[in-house]
Amino acid sequence: MRGVRKRFRRRRGEVVCALEDVSLEIRRGEVVGILGPNGSGKSTLVRVISTLVLPDSGSVEVFGVDALRHPKRVQRSMNRVSVEASFFKKLSAMENLLYGAKLYGVSDREARPRIEEIMGHIGFDYKRAAEPMEHLSRGMQQKVALARALLTSPMLMLLDEPTTGLDPRSRRDVQAFIRRIREAHDSSILLCTHDMGEAEELCDRVGIMVGGRIIALEEPRRLKERYASGGRLPDLEEVFMAATGYTVEEASAEEGER
Amino acid sequence: MEAIAVWGYVQRNYFLTKRYFMWEVVWLVYITANALAITYIGAGASEFGSGIDTARLMTFLLVGALVWSYLSVLFDVLSETVSWERWEGTIEYTFMSPASRVTHLLGMGLYAVIYGVLQISVMLGAVSLFFELDLSRANYAGALLVLGVASVSLVGFGIMAAVLPLLSPEKGQQVSYIVSSLLLLVSGVYYDVGVLPGWMQFIARFSPVTYALEGIRAALLDGAGLAELRGSVGVLLAMGALFVPLGLLVFHLGERYAKRTGKLKRSG
Repeated sequence: MRGVRKRFRRRRGEVVCALEDVSLEIRRGEVVGILGPNGSGKSTLVRVISTLVLPDSGSVEVFGVDALRHPKRVQRSMNRVSVEASFFKKLSAMENLLYGAKLYGVSDREARPRIEEIMGHIGFDYKRAAEPMEHLSRGMQQKVALARALLTSPMLMLLDEPTTGLDPRSRRDVQAFIRRIREAHDSSILLCTHDMGEAEELCDRVGIMVGGRIIALEEPRRLKERYASGGRLPDLEEVFMAATGYTVEEASAEEGER
Repeated sequence: MEAIAVWGYVQRNYFLTKRYFMWEVVWLVYITANALAITYIGAGASEFGSGIDTARLMTFLLVGALVWSYLSVLFDVLSETVSWERWEGTIEYTFMSPASRVTHLLGMGLYAVIYGVLQISVMLGAVSLFFELDLSRANYAGALLVLGVASVSLVGFGIMAAVLPLLSPEKGQQVSYIVSSLLLLVSGVYYDVGVLPGWMQFIARFSPVTYALEGIRAALLDGAGLAELRGSVGVLLAMGALFVPLGLLVFHLGERYAKRTGKLKRSG
């Protein structure tokens, strides 16, 4: 994406600048992490790429296809996992997955064995696939969300805080799964997160976003070198604090998601 | 791919109906009791004076109740397309999938037709236990033809109403319920449109339900043939040809507006 700008007009006429001249390139097979406090524009960034929000200006291309002019062609090649597990709560995991697959042209016959295989990889007890989503824990729901995304074989995965709010065990499972996707598939991944360890471990490059701008985007080591002082290399959390002025706790607690 | 996606919407709605089965039973009992109560108004009309053909009045009322329950299902399912997904929190996944909006709305329309036909069949079976209606002259094929053509225009009408929650997440769905109640009021569901004030009769001309009821009543009560039904069928065909593409266009514009203003995600 190049020079993308997006502003929203709120109810009282107040204008919120969600993205300000954002340019970002993710290479094939690369994992790019975006760190930023709530309200920094991470979710809007994901929504613009996933064709859910139209930018005011700038261009968005996904594997050479103009996402604004040909959204349907672009949608075929990507999928998304967001912080909320967005499912039909009364339907079972299997019913939700079959439905999600069909929207991408994957029939039941193709989808069922793949669902079983993917669920095996993510440590999801297949027997529980027949239970309504509302009976599953948040961690299990998020695993189903990852399975849904992977079921359509996306070339671009948009992961918007996929581990936020998960217990440590589920968080590790989900992170291991992302690692496996990265190793086994040639997918490009955009990972928005508050978790510095997650970003450092999973991402080839890490960007820091504040006030709708990406103020830094580099390999984790280079990012640390950039913010090094007194001959000591800071950890990513210190880099984040130096760049944004927020502590990690403040970044996750701040209201006003964009 | 699009055929698989159409089936995806139909199957998903079937799964949801199955999951809310008890509520479906409750609703079916309610609307059947409602149709019976309305038909009994006709049975009791003789007490208010002689010269009323109560058998014809009862059939007139029952046809109105059944046809309205079917057509309102079509309208409601289509008009709730957006608000339902927004309530479940799945709207962004549906809207970022490569299945086209035509496919999406076609899938919803197809499910609504199947659901409506099953519902009206159960209702018909139930009410036939209570009343012996004189349908000896009825032209069933003609009535089905009118109902089929009316379904298409109601789907188009519903698609136009479905855009309202996209334009206003807070008030859109409420407005579509007002549209539904206005259709009920002006379309002559339980009375002849001629008894309404002039301005309401004017509005009735734009409601496909008006022509659907006119045609179906003529076919069932008077045995009207294809030649006599030509007027109703013609208007309904014209409305279908206009409302479906217009509905899709309006929905497309509404979707772009929601994506521009960030209203796709916002809930009411």
